Amino acid sequence: MTAVAAPASPELRIAPTVLNRAEHTIEIVSDAGEGAQKCGQIFGAVSAKMGNGVWTVEIIPAEIQPPPRTAEGASGNRVRFGTGPVTNGGDETNLVIAFNEQVLLGRHRLGALASDAIVLLENSWATSSNPDTRSAWDKTLAELSTKSYRIIEVPMEEQCLTIDENPRKGKNMFALGLLAYIYDRSLERIDEQIAYAFRKKSEEVYNRNVALMRLGVEWAAANLDFRIEVPTHPPTEALVVMNGNEALGMGALASGMELCAMYPITPATSVSHYLAEVFSKFGGILHQAEDEIAAVGVAIGASYSGKVAFTITSGPGFALKTEFIGLAVITETPLVIIDVQRGGPSTGLPTKVEQSDLLAALFAEPGDAPRVVIAPATIEECFHVVVTARQIAETFRTVVIILSDANLSTGVQPFPRPHLKKEWLAPELDLAPVKTGQRPYEWDARMGTSPRSIPGQPGGMFTVTGLSHDEGSKVAYGAGVHQHATTMRSRKLAVLQQTLLRPTINGDHDGDLLVVGWGSTKGAIEEAVERARAEGIRASSVHLTFLSPLQPGLKEIFSRFRKVMTVEINYSDQPGDPFITEENRRRGQLAMLLRAQTLCDVDCWTRVPGEPLRPGFIHQAIRDAALTLTGARP
Amino acid sequence: MTQCAILPMLDDDEREFALGDYEGAVARWCPGCGDHSVLTAVEKLLVAEQLRPEQTVFVSGIGCSSRFPHYLKTYGFHGLHGRALPVATGVKLHRPDLDVFVVMGDGDCCSIGAAHWIHAIRYNIHMVAMLLDNSIYGLTKKQTSPTTPQGFKTNTQPFGSFLPPLNPLTTTLGTTNVSFVAQTAEWVPAHLYATLRAAYRHQGFSFVRILQRCPMYTQGMYEAAVRDPGMIELLVHDDGVVAPELDKIYRNRATHDPSDLDSARRLAEDSTRIRLGLFYRNESRARYDLLRKPPKVTSSERIALLNQELDHYAV
Repeated sequence: MTAVAAPASPELRIAPTVLNRAEHTIEIVSDAGEGAQKCGQIFGAVSAKMGNGVWTVEIIPAEIQPPPRTAEGASGNRVRFGTGPVTNGGDETNLVIAFNEQVLLGRHRLGALASDAIVLLENSWATSSNPDTRSAWDKTLAELSTKSYRIIEVPMEEQCLTIDENPRKGKNMFALGLLAYIYDRSLERIDEQIAYAFRKKSEEVYNRNVALMRLGVEWAAANLDFRIEVPTHPPTEALVVMNGNEALGMGALASGMELCAMYPITPATSVSHYLAEVFSKFGGILHQAEDEIAAVGVAIGASYSGKVAFTITSGPGFALKTEFIGLAVITETPLVIIDVQRGGPSTGLPTKVEQSDLLAALFAEPGDAPRVVIAPATIEECFHVVVTARQIAETFRTVVIILSDANLSTGVQPFPRPHLKKEWLAPELDLAPVKTGQRPYEWDARMGTSPRSIPGQPGGMFTVTGLSHDEGSKVAYGAGVHQHATTMRSRKLAVLQQTLLRPTINGDHDGDLLVVGWGSTKGAIEEAVERARAEGIRASSVHLTFLSPLQPGLKEIFSRFRKVMTVEINYSDQPGDPFITEENRRRGQLAMLLRAQTLCDVDCWTRVPGEPLRPGFIHQAIRDAALTLTGARP
Repeated sequence: MTQCAILPMLDDDEREFALGDYEGAVARWCPGCGDHSVLTAVEKLLVAEQLRPEQTVFVSGIGCSSRFPHYLKTYGFHGLHGRALPVATGVKLHRPDLDVFVVMGDGDCCSIGAAHWIHAIRYNIHMVAMLLDNSIYGLTKKQTSPTTPQGFKTNTQPFGSFLPPLNPLTTTLGTTNVSFVAQTAEWVPAHLYATLRAAYRHQGFSFVRILQRCPMYTQGMYEAAVRDPGMIELLVHDDGVVAPELDKIYRNRATHDPSDLDSARRLAEDSTRIRLGLFYRNESRARYDLLRKPPKVTSSERIALLNQELDHYAV
């Protein structure tokens, strides 16, 4: 630890050393409610607007108001930004602003910080009137001294009190000012972003926040002996920057769907917060139902009577919806379900990322209930996937499940501004009479599809039923009818599969190791593969967007690699575990699926750390896998 | 009018619907099942109100009575056990132009779907909800339902139902924003019809409990009341269920003003006699469907609006 006594007065200022970096990762951590997240969000948005690649990760404690000054209560934001595109949250943090030493300790103990991280730490606690606080400070700084962090004490509270009398308020904007100085961010853009972030508050709040931010800039200019330059490239195309849940919400608007029924559940709910503000302008209804079951039931009722509707949930809510999902499948009622996955089972890790709902999304219902499952891998895909999902649901009269996760939900990344198209929008309802003799399930054996009539269409009156039924929707228990109807519902997936593209291979088309991923891990996997390839390891990766049906060509692609291994954020037994044998080993969810589907010996490297997989860890897993292969070579 | 093919030639006003226009498959309930009388009363209502079959949706759950939509030639949704109300809510929120009827049994509404029941009353969305209450699980063969009388022997409680039955009327009348509660009986067709008509005409969520016998498992349940109309007390009022043809048979009458909620609750609570009639009606209650009517937006307007949204997030 190097405690720096920062120069106190402007006369003593020396020109700061400028460190040039291609990328940097920062964190702002505080007790919950102190606004560190807002600081990080604004910094991330401004960096994106200035032309840095950006990926932000929210640091969220499980409780809304955990006890203050606790290692477990760290709340804030992590922003990785660079001169080139940034596709994931990266490895370790290079610079931290901490509002107290305990939340810093929490991040330290999680191994989140680089060993040479720069730490800007609120120092009012060191001189607290409470002896326990002072002793906690001393103990913590001793523990932190085991690493070579550069800790710079900052009198945040003392400074902020000159503007705002509440010591718990304002530090976040002061911290934003520190970052603005260190990374030379445009103050005008920051002002704009503050105005947007506090648009529902008064002019006075805006002015106070801007003043606090400027105070941070001034303090940093007077006291810090370094700046860090991460060069920006003003973007060459129009970009937008938002988080994954906002992108899902906007995608829903772009799809023309008009009804979303949901029940609050983390980390999915913020999609509905966004829609609650804007949906009615677009002719839509956001219905907060009495429970998760009602939410999907309302969506099915709406879909049945008109435009495809959707519901948003996370694992525990998804579990409750399964009976209705089966009903939508057998009645062939189009439906879009967004599952923003979190750690499970049960209540699990409500605010943390996991990819454990894959098999539930595919198979949760009793009976054969084929449906489409799509997993966006980037914030941009979160937008476009909803448009695609609505179209597939309508075209195939089927259920489409979108698997996002807690990493995408709060992750912020710039992406090309979508060029909106009218064709994306659900068409207006056609209530023309149904042609004479048309039956409710007139299955086209080549497609498995059938034309759908909706209430209001004369001549189309029929009763949909969750009972086994024939083409006329007549309840029919006969063996032949059930076999045929089940085949037709399954055929839709076979037909859709034939329209899908083979997955793109990242890297060479053959080699030693192929890493297979799905969902939010794409950026981290590709970065890890790139690092491995730079070391001469013959590794490539593919990332699957469609999980049901699976994209074509997988078996053939797998055959060109000596080893195929999935990387997933879900549980698998680790091969080195003394309890685990080849026979009893439980594998990652995608690995299980791929083994069943391709008969290839697909291995897996999976972890459930409750945080996004770091590219560095994946890189190590690739090295280890490659080493086993080389070692096995004669 | 039965020929769909000539529909385009006729204006809506000119179309006239007869009973046959509403009849679906032949009902397969047991002979003597109360569901038959409800179906007859509903068909009579559809004809009397001249509801367009394509604009009418019957939503049901699972149970004997939930086969109801199959026996009509309107649109129908025979869904999940206990979940008719959420589906109906979705239909009516997205398509307020449709007439929506919900058919539930006592297990459906008062047991597995009880959460939806309470909230549907509070939403007060314009629809008719019928509780076909035969106090037993019939389709699964005689298990205790929430409305099974205490002591009544079933296959799951063979020594007699342990608890006093749930009272659907007090539950409904006790729920915030309740707007229409009536009770009728399948063996009094004139009252059943008049009640359903009043329910249909009510602007809001109309809850109608229909007392029923199950010929297989609860055949004796209302036997005395069926034989002796004097055991039944009709709630009468100019604003209530009006069925003059019953005047001579049902002489046991009590005047009850359906705008009086306290009196409605007292009458519903008193289990010493069977009361048929309108317990409560209030059309000034908040209606969720009216509060949630979004504007019509064209596709060009949507795209322009979304572009404005994207501007907020533009780099």
